[in-house]
Amino acid sequence: MCSQNHSRLSRTLRFAQILGVSALLALSLNTVVQADPIATLRGAEINLEPTSPMMTRQDNSDMRRMRNYPEQPPTIPHKIRGYMIDLKANKCLSCHSRRATADSQAPMVSITHFMDRDNQVLATVTPRRYFCTQCHVPQLQTKPLVGNDFVDADTLINTKGN
Amino acid sequence: MSSNKPKSGLTRREYIKANAVAIAATAAGIAAPASAANLVTAKDKTAIKWSKAPCRFCGTGCSVMVGTKQGKVVATHGDTKSEVNRGLNCVKGYFLSKIMYGKDRLMKPLLRMTNGKYDKNGEFTPITWDDAFDIMAVKFKDAIKKNGPTSIGMFGSGQWTVWEGYAASKLMKAGFRSNNIDPNARHCMASAVGGFMRTFGIDEPMGCYDDMEAADAFVLWGSNMAEMHPILWTRITDRRLSNPHVNVTVLSTFEHRCFDLADSGIIFTPQTDLAILNFIANYIIETGKVDYDFVEKHANFRVGNTDIGYGLRPDHPLQKKAKNAKKAGGSKPITFNEYAAFVKSYDVEYASKISGVSKEKLIALAELYADRQTKVMSLWTMGFNQHTRGVWANNLVYNIHLLTGKISEPGNSPFSLTGQPSACGTAREVGTFSHRLPADLVVKNPKHRAIAEKIWKLPTGTIPAKPGLHAVQHNRALKDGKLNAYWVQVNNNVQAAANLNEETLPGYRNPDNFIVVSDAYPTVTAQAADLILPTAMWVEKEGAYGNAERRTQFWHQLVDAPGESKSDLWQLVEFSKRFKTDEVWPKELLDKNPEFRKKTLYEVLYKNGNVDKFPLAETSKDNANPEAEAFGFYIQKGLFEEYAAFGRGHGHDLAPFDTYHEVRGLRWPVVDGKETRWRYREGADPYVKAGTEVEFYGKKDGKANIFALPYEPAAEEPDNEYDLWLSTGRVIEHWHSGSMTQRVPELYRAFPDAVVYMHPDDAAKRGLKRGSEARIVSRRGEIKTRVETRGRNKPPKGLVFVPWFDASQLINKVTLDATDPISKQTDYKKCAVKIIAV
Repeated sequence: MCSQNHSRLSRTLRFAQILGVSALLALSLNTVVQADPIATLRGAEINLEPTSPMMTRQDNSDMRRMRNYPEQPPTIPHKIRGYMIDLKANKCLSCHSRRATADSQAPMVSITHFMDRDNQVLATVTPRRYFCTQCHVPQLQTKPLVGNDFVDADTLINTKGN
Repeated sequence: MSSNKPKSGLTRREYIKANAVAIAATAAGIAAPASAANLVTAKDKTAIKWSKAPCRFCGTGCSVMVGTKQGKVVATHGDTKSEVNRGLNCVKGYFLSKIMYGKDRLMKPLLRMTNGKYDKNGEFTPITWDDAFDIMAVKFKDAIKKNGPTSIGMFGSGQWTVWEGYAASKLMKAGFRSNNIDPNARHCMASAVGGFMRTFGIDEPMGCYDDMEAADAFVLWGSNMAEMHPILWTRITDRRLSNPHVNVTVLSTFEHRCFDLADSGIIFTPQTDLAILNFIANYIIETGKVDYDFVEKHANFRVGNTDIGYGLRPDHPLQKKAKNAKKAGGSKPITFNEYAAFVKSYDVEYASKISGVSKEKLIALAELYADRQTKVMSLWTMGFNQHTRGVWANNLVYNIHLLTGKISEPGNSPFSLTGQPSACGTAREVGTFSHRLPADLVVKNPKHRAIAEKIWKLPTGTIPAKPGLHAVQHNRALKDGKLNAYWVQVNNNVQAAANLNEETLPGYRNPDNFIVVSDAYPTVTAQAADLILPTAMWVEKEGAYGNAERRTQFWHQLVDAPGESKSDLWQLVEFSKRFKTDEVWPKELLDKNPEFRKKTLYEVLYKNGNVDKFPLAETSKDNANPEAEAFGFYIQKGLFEEYAAFGRGHGHDLAPFDTYHEVRGLRWPVVDGKETRWRYREGADPYVKAGTEVEFYGKKDGKANIFALPYEPAAEEPDNEYDLWLSTGRVIEHWHSGSMTQRVPELYRAFPDAVVYMHPDDAAKRGLKRGSEARIVSRRGEIKTRVETRGRNKPPKGLVFVPWFDASQLINKVTLDATDPISKQTDYKKCAVKIIAV
């Protein structure tokens, strides 16, 4: 949390500094573009070099997160540094395979992960789902620069008047 | 977030207990019989409407099922009925539901103004669409009047829908009579196109994704499919892990996620792929593995011009020095023996020495191709295409497949992967390049122009013969004041185009120029613009995309666009109403064709009897179609059917419009209702004459070209001062410049900021470690970023990798605008930088 706050704060400060400095630079550089409030992701004028935010840690809380919809692959609530998934082994399955879950208490990979291209259920996890990080990603302890107004189906159903 | 307690602050047992009480209370007080106490079950409330749409992101062209409810997308998942992805999506695809809902969606046109008037240095101020088109029309008319039609331009992309790209191309080439329209696919696929045209005389792959279930070996030449084409990678992974005899060989200039599946991982010195490709050809010849019968019947040999320069400005020393800079694409016929002699110097010693790859690995790779029993699929994307010898690299890989006859049959497949969802469908097939017309026709060929003018019902001489400016030239011409009115749609070129500081930004901010940007979100390009038009995206409009395996896919509008957003199609066609032929066409053309006088471009281009042929009644009853409503006819269908006339009967046949709304896409040519999986192969391709077995009918004699082309060095190599290679690219979590995916919180948190991947020893040498802030400096510009010495990419010493999705770290300030002189595609994979601790 500490590094997260530090990083966000420094980005905000930096943005303020850039805005302040821009008036001076505008006089001397003919290609300066105004720092517009629309620079939501960039947070700076195009011709300047913002300080890059500090690296933040992966959330390692092991707390499950609500999914936006049932088909959404769950994000990974723990660090995966050094987890090998290659021709020789798949580290994720050492906890998430069907056989491992009693010991690990990790969620078992879903039934869809046993199905081949023709929806036939195989004895083990299908190779087409082998590389877990193609769908499942860890989350860094950082706050998005732009919010998102996505509304899930349950909220829509329960909205008054519906 | 970092504490180990759930949000409720309760343990599992406490949570259950508390909830039991709540449920009991609710159940007691509620009289809704169709609901359980804590679960809504009534059918009218729980139903989600599911519709198909191709994914908005890469060229794989996965089909997704989009769930909508009360005018909102509430869920998406992989389409089980789609041949491409069979129910799978990658992480980006699974989050498509959220890409349209970023809080900073543009809602109104914004014009830079001071005191209520347009001012290039003013503040963005909301205006009406009417006012936006007024100022645009003034600026475009001024430019045409002052400096002619070549002073206006348009920059689109492989993310335009088929009919949007088609409407844009028509408006520019036939309406304004300017060929200065180019897509950002120029940065992405132009070298692939150049390779196809030179070798086969017709664009796009002969094979298809079915090859992935049939090949015995996969060779990746500069493609990180694990991150950039994840669903195709799942098919290759499935094939490799299900069948132990299958080999995966990955070539790259740095180690990336594909190496996790590789039986052989090969790191080569940048640019030396050219030498490795020639070595393989030489090995095939020397070991007697040439399929002479195939070569005799189906191939010609040619030697290409060499020393062709680097597509830099003509006054650049490297351009002045190049002997054939002006004849880059030239070639002449040679014999097989001459070709064999040409590649003879590329023996294993030379190839190993120049590439830094061991002889054993090189021979094992060559043996995959040479061995007659092994079916090989070669795959490439930007490693080949973003290359100052990109067309050559494409030609050279086809050489190997042609020498061995390993082509146009299941599993034997040289396969050019596509970056964007409709780079094939729109940019290439529709021909939104500055030199092209639909179905592989080109503007400089008078017969081709005549075909287009006839289909478009326009007078002879309407389409200008001279190819327009290509993408890189756009920015140079903007800077030089030669392009003065410029419209950018569906892309973020200020974040993409190389050499931002010296070319792009001075061009966009040149006081002589007026820049219009249509986008859903405020991108860096919008930030550099003068007028921003809020734009509908993806399923907010009816659309069509064409993927990398020639598959055309349609979707209906599923939700309304927010605020005053309008589709690119509406913008293009509505804008055309503001122009009369008399204002933009020369007197001679109108004198010869007086019936075109005083007509609007809208009437001439879109109310022409073709585009307005299909009534509103034919639009879907279940889906909105504001464009059709606005113009009073089914404009998408009219545009598509007019466009399809170019290719039907000429090897590019498309099915009838309505069919595509029913099926999960079809691979062209679609003849008698049947798609084509393997082109040029008798029995699989209806265009191949009986008895020929294989016919490369893109060339008059039915033969493909095998090209003698050498290794030539990169435009800029590391030296004592700028001592590292820089390669740029993408990460799986973000699509291109991140304008959609950076607004999805889960994708943002997965990879929020760009980093520089570098070897730990290279970092240590510069006093850096993981997390240090560093400046990446080239001769053109610099960025500040953080050092990453571990994780998914592991560069060798001497090379660094920076992804380009991050708007706050514009790595295109650093990259070099050197291009392939034939394709005009920029090399984003090679330039020289130094890295300095901050």
